[in-house]
Amino acid sequence: MAVLELEDVSVTYRSAEGAVPAVRGVSLSVDAGRSLGLAGESGSGKTSVTSTVLRLLPKSATVTGRVLLEGEDVLTMKWGRLRAVRWATASVVFQGAMHALNPVQRVGHQIAEPIRLHEKSVSEPTARKRVGELLEQVGLPSRVAQSYPHQLSGGQKQRVMIAMALACGPKLIVADEPTTALDVMVQQQVLGVLADRVQDLGLAMVFISHDLSVLASACDDLAVMYAGQVVEQGPSDQVFDDAHHPYSRALGGAYPRIGDLRFRYAPSGLPGDPPFPGEAPSGCAFHPRCPQAREVCATTDVELRPSGERRWSSCLFAPEVGT
Amino acid sequence: MTESVLEARGIEVTFRGRGGRPARAVDGVDLSLGRGEIVALVGESGCGKTTLSRTLLGLERPSGGEVLVSGRPLEYSAAALKKHRRSAQLVLQDPTGALNPRRSVYEAVAEGLRVHRFDGDERAAVADALARAGLRPPERFFLRYPHELSGGQRQRVVIAGALVLQPQVIIADEPVSSLDASVRGEILALLLSLRESLGLSLLVVTHDLGVAWNIADRIAVMYLCRIVEQGPTEEVLSAPKHPYTRALLSVVPEIDHVEPIVLTGEPPDPTAIPTGCRFHPRCPALRDGAADAVATDCRGKELPVLSGTGGHEAACWLTGA
Amino acid sequence: MASDQQTGGAPQGRRAIARARRREALARGWGQFRTRRAGMAGLGILLFFTLSALLAPVLFPPETISVTRATGELLAPPSGEFWLGTDDSGRSMLALLAWGARVSLTVGIAATLISMVIGTSVGIASGHYHGFGGAALQRLTDWVLVIPFLPLAIVLATVLGGGSTVTIIVVIGVTSWAGTARLIRAQTLSVEGRPYLERSRALGSGNWHQMTRHVLPNVFPLVLANTTLTVAIAILSETTLSFLGLGDPLRPSWGATLDQAFSNGAVSAGAWWYIGPPGLCVVLVVLSFTMIGRALEQIVNPRLGGQ
Repeated sequence: MAVLELEDVSVTYRSAEGAVPAVRGVSLSVDAGRSLGLAGESGSGKTSVTSTVLRLLPKSATVTGRVLLEGEDVLTMKWGRLRAVRWATASVVFQGAMHALNPVQRVGHQIAEPIRLHEKSVSEPTARKRVGELLEQVGLPSRVAQSYPHQLSGGQKQRVMIAMALACGPKLIVADEPTTALDVMVQQQVLGVLADRVQDLGLAMVFISHDLSVLASACDDLAVMYAGQVVEQGPSDQVFDDAHHPYSRALGGAYPRIGDLRFRYAPSGLPGDPPFPGEAPSGCAFHPRCPQAREVCATTDVELRPSGERRWSSCLFAPEVGT
Repeated sequence: MTESVLEARGIEVTFRGRGGRPARAVDGVDLSLGRGEIVALVGESGCGKTTLSRTLLGLERPSGGEVLVSGRPLEYSAAALKKHRRSAQLVLQDPTGALNPRRSVYEAVAEGLRVHRFDGDERAAVADALARAGLRPPERFFLRYPHELSGGQRQRVVIAGALVLQPQVIIADEPVSSLDASVRGEILALLLSLRESLGLSLLVVTHDLGVAWNIADRIAVMYLCRIVEQGPTEEVLSAPKHPYTRALLSVVPEIDHVEPIVLTGEPPDPTAIPTGCRFHPRCPALRDGAADAVATDCRGKELPVLSGTGGHEAACWLTGA
Repeated sequence: MASDQQTGGAPQGRRAIARARRREALARGWGQFRTRRAGMAGLGILLFFTLSALLAPVLFPPETISVTRATGELLAPPSGEFWLGTDDSGRSMLALLAWGARVSLTVGIAATLISMVIGTSVGIASGHYHGFGGAALQRLTDWVLVIPFLPLAIVLATVLGGGSTVTIIVVIGVTSWAGTARLIRAQTLSVEGRPYLERSRALGSGNWHQMTRHVLPNVFPLVLANTTLTVAIAILSETTLSFLGLGDPLRPSWGATLDQAFSNGAVSAGAWWYIGPPGLCVVLVVLSFTMIGRALEQIVNPRLGGQ
């Protein structure tokens, strides 16, 4: 059974300008021990989608569809059950999480906080031992627990956040751009930690990033989002090397292969900008920027269709597969 | 050799660090930027590349060495600095922060003109700069405010603001790292086109080697306040000589044919620079024994500052030319 | 997002549109303010007192507050003719209060203006200039902040020649700017760290340009919210100084009225209409400014929000 399953989830925000559809009919699933990369840029809806997992959206948001965490629908859970589920079944490593640390509390105390919240009767020595184990799991010496956040580097703080996410033994971790603000070397260390933990603990992971190459190397499967919809899905190396959607192709080419002379003095990108949420163009939302767009693209509503072995694409010109 | 438009000679910049100990931000750098040349200055955070770029702009005073503008030393009087600003402009990393949220696009671009008391047609100059930066028709953007624009558009406004003074050099600090991936290509293409159409020289400061591969003629790799390798981009990134450059290249996600060399240990502390080669505590070559022949030099003998011009050189006792 | 604004046009067109935007921003601010009950209540009270102050010469001609031409009985309790009774000279309390509103509001606003100008200038300058100048201004601010207000005000008022409204205005303005300066300094430091200030410097701007075109507009909303609170303090200070006899004896301010009430034995005579109302007026006006100030603060800094 999938640890996480999203069925036709849509998220609409109420704002002064009216209803803003940030996510439109997204369906995803992640099994235990597998990692799903969610690729997308600003306005793609990727953060809104993952915020539904723990029902962390603001009150101005309306969510439809089903969000099944180990079979239970998060959206219809009672408040008490939701609080129990938060962090113990699924946890989140937020974007810019390094800044989410309280500067006046020791790091160990903050890692222990979710443990204390979920197991009210846990004793101090037990909690401290668990914190030490968690720190070791993320590759930090246990004495780091005595440090304050400002004494740690960016990479160390991010690993602390991962330790905190693991604190209650969740089945699913959602990592929202966990390495974006870090140097390449530290990024590699953090990715290594995440990959090891996913494997050792049999976790499921959803990894959000705008860098397709990071996702291709760190995740098993890949889903690419644009303007609130999933436009392509499949095994990550296949989606990266042989994209079935022009947007995925463009995203994959955004970061050049160093050493490949074709990329010298030839930065590749797309014209224009990703649409603001709620301003998606008609038909295929990508058509104004698509290098292969034709008239039919502006008038036909697109949806995900199979385009290969375990592959889906919403492009009208993706390879056809008999249904 | 092309004449140098902007040059750093023996630059040293020292700050007072925590606890009063001097923290070296730049510890002896020679770097020159020729006319119409694009140089990438790469390194991780804390290596000193941002401080070096700010020193070249005159925003920071070096504690040693000098900055040469078209061959002449930069003076630090208010008048000389102001004159320097017209010829060397800065494009910052975060376009959202770089624009005053209360000022319209027109005012943001015109600010430079007003500061330097431009006496030509201001409106035409602003429109021209916006058009060159890819915002067409420029009039449509005059009255917009930053929060109404996308990230890519904001960066174009910042670039227009730098172009309006018709500088010779633009120093871009992480010009695309906070932008969406699909927009990155356009902004980089814009920077390339400015070299073609205006003969601009460009110094791009970044931690992203891909940016260097995309647009830079030459690349200089910084580690702990010094340049450790520099030369033509293709040579340095295809056949790196310095172990640090090799390690950096190996962990770039886009490269999958090389086994990643993940450096151990924490990024270094600028208040405690190692003796000898400053990279030696983390050097994989030293650790694996490949550098045994020169190990004593690595640990004790300080390397000379690279000359900063011309060919491919690395500051390394093992592989340096 | 594509707006159909006129493309280009003469500079007049551009400025007209900028003015239209400002009007739109003000309208939005007003819309938000309207939803805050405390702020609206404060505004209502303030409006009432402002009207009283403006209409005082009309409703209560100067003769009614003249000591020599008063027509009422001495210390008479409220009656049909004198709704709030009379004072020890036979003057209508209501008239005195209405005229007192003029003094309080005038002094309050004028003194605040002086205080805000000094405080904002010193605050921005001390935040902007590092090195000796900025440090000196900061020390000055701390010094003025630490000196107890009342003794300083009394000394200053006496030295400058007590007994005039202008003196009071100057005294209050000159002694109360330090709190504002500190606040503005902190905000200046925060604004100065932002990248667009760095960009401005990179463009070659000088200190004046940076302070007036970047720091000031960003600090201004805070200044505005702080102003209303400062008015409240200024009015309170004026009342205190008048109560101590340092104000203009010929002008019937609320503080002076309270002073007379106490020194003329109204307390022992049980003349509650003499003591209560002036105090109540001060409290209400101060409260109104405070409520308005808080509402403005919440609008300016949405994180303080909540009704």
